[in-house]
Amino acid sequence: MATAVVASAGLRAKNRRRRLTVLAFLAPWLIGFCVFFAYPFVATAYYSLTQYDLFSDPVWFGFGNYAFMFSGVDTDVITAAENTGILVLFMVPAKVLFALGLAMILSRLKRGKGFWRAVFYLPALAPPVAATIAFVFLLKSNGPVNAALGLLGIDGPRWFTDPDWSKPSLTLLALWGAGDVMIILLAALLDVPRDLYDAADVDGAGPGQKFRFVTLPTISPVLGFAAITGVIGTLQYFTEAAVAAGVASGNASGGQGTSQQLGYPDQSTLTYPGWLYSRGFGQNYLGYASAMAMVLLVVAFLLVALLLWRAPALIGGDDTE
Amino acid sequence: MTTLTETRPAVAATPAEGSNGRRDWLLWIARNCVLIALAIAFLGPILFIFLTAVMPAKQTLTSNYWPTEWQWGNFAKVFTEARMLPALGNTILYASLSTVFMLVSSIGPAYAFSRLRWRGRNKVFVLVLVTMMLPPQVTIVPLYVLWTRWGLTGTLWPLILPNLLADAFSIFLLRQFLLTIPKEYSDAAKVDGCNEFAVLWRVILPMARPAIAATAMFMFFFAWNDYFGPLLYTSENPDNWPLSLALASFRGQYQVEWNVTMAATLLVMLPVMIVFFFAQKAFVEGVTLTGVKG
Repeated sequence: MATAVVASAGLRAKNRRRRLTVLAFLAPWLIGFCVFFAYPFVATAYYSLTQYDLFSDPVWFGFGNYAFMFSGVDTDVITAAENTGILVLFMVPAKVLFALGLAMILSRLKRGKGFWRAVFYLPALAPPVAATIAFVFLLKSNGPVNAALGLLGIDGPRWFTDPDWSKPSLTLLALWGAGDVMIILLAALLDVPRDLYDAADVDGAGPGQKFRFVTLPTISPVLGFAAITGVIGTLQYFTEAAVAAGVASGNASGGQGTSQQLGYPDQSTLTYPGWLYSRGFGQNYLGYASAMAMVLLVVAFLLVALLLWRAPALIGGDDTE
Repeated sequence: MTTLTETRPAVAATPAEGSNGRRDWLLWIARNCVLIALAIAFLGPILFIFLTAVMPAKQTLTSNYWPTEWQWGNFAKVFTEARMLPALGNTILYASLSTVFMLVSSIGPAYAFSRLRWRGRNKVFVLVLVTMMLPPQVTIVPLYVLWTRWGLTGTLWPLILPNLLADAFSIFLLRQFLLTIPKEYSDAAKVDGCNEFAVLWRVILPMARPAIAATAMFMFFFAWNDYFGPLLYTSENPDNWPLSLALASFRGQYQVEWNVTMAATLLVMLPVMIVFFFAQKAFVEGVTLTGVKG
């Protein structure tokens, strides 16, 4: 009896020490989570219900910001949301499919896999500002790309300076940086068990059938992961669009000038985060920007939930005590 | 759940292997033609940036893409015609301090999320994933207000200091790697009388060196490339601009020619490419770790 009490007291002390150890290891993240995530999260929700310009105290505005956002009076917010939507619909599938194509070619190579992987991955590392400026130059109306098209007898478009071509131009830039997605997909492709292909061979399956019934089902979780993270990334798409607009319009970008030519040409590159930035920090409508942030949050949160539900392996690990 | 690419046995899926030799030969040619075309598409832009960077200013407006005269001085002009040198200093400060701070603060939490066992661990880890994936725009308004109140807007500190309180992506990356180290190593150390801190310091850290290097590189280059953060906090104060902002405003602000602009662009790209050349394996493994396997 007495020994049992002592033992359980000892166990309790040991458990407490273990809990304290866990807390000590977690401490930086826990504090950071509260200060830089939980608090701003709640504060964004509050600011979205106010009119706030940073200099005077927030004034209660109820759902006024949301009403204004959805009223259609702010035509730019609609344009911006549409542009981001178009980018999600076209840029993400283009990038994932292109990366899949590259990965499939590389997965079949017997030699030099590492070399080619490096070649295709390298551009993905280029700093986005530098890559964007380079592409604006390469795609100038008398630039090298149009010269090459001219040799083929094609009259090249005006790319970044034509509202109809600015988003395809940004998509080309995204394809140039598809190497990171390619690496993830290549790892998945190389992981498809060889005996599955052998079994398919025995069954007399052709290359198309093998892709459809062996490769695709095996890599689909990774493909889904790439697609959803791609969508989440595109919802934040800002840098390339802002820099392309600034450089293509031929004016100063960065600094105070940015909000003036965001979206050049003709608002065609104005993305949702771009307009949020412009409204909030160019024009100091912080309440309105917070309402825009809340709408973005809802969309992004649904996608993150979908991702975590679709890819439980992301969490993985066994946490039973 | 995740394996490193290089450690995988070489069982590449080559279904056509060993069958009809003539068909293989044709396939080989077709595949290599495609590869070479793709390589031109991927590396061509970098070649054109280089050629433009060394040509005379007037030539950049023509359709002649081979430099009529090789002007290596264009690279020096990047620093004399525009304020790129202070920007380089700012970027190095931002990237290196962020990396050091992140390492100091994120290894502990990563250890707790991978090698300590406690109830609710994976549920709490979902919070890390959520903070990692939600767009930063969701929290920028209150954070901007906070940093204004603390008098630090106009500087890069609002982007550097938060790394002292751990970075979600770095925790994620380090954890994915730490999960792959067999439990027996920790157990053996504990039998020898090590507490958790000693296990982390003496056993796990030495083994995790490649993962730490990869995480540090990702952080360094995230900061090196970052445009939105510096634009938000330092745009009104050009003295504190990092390279990304200086480069974005390079052409317009200083009315520089395309050749010098391309020289600057190349110089901003160069460090990333040099590091990649020497540490390719760590980069690739890091990216692979961010993917999931079904």
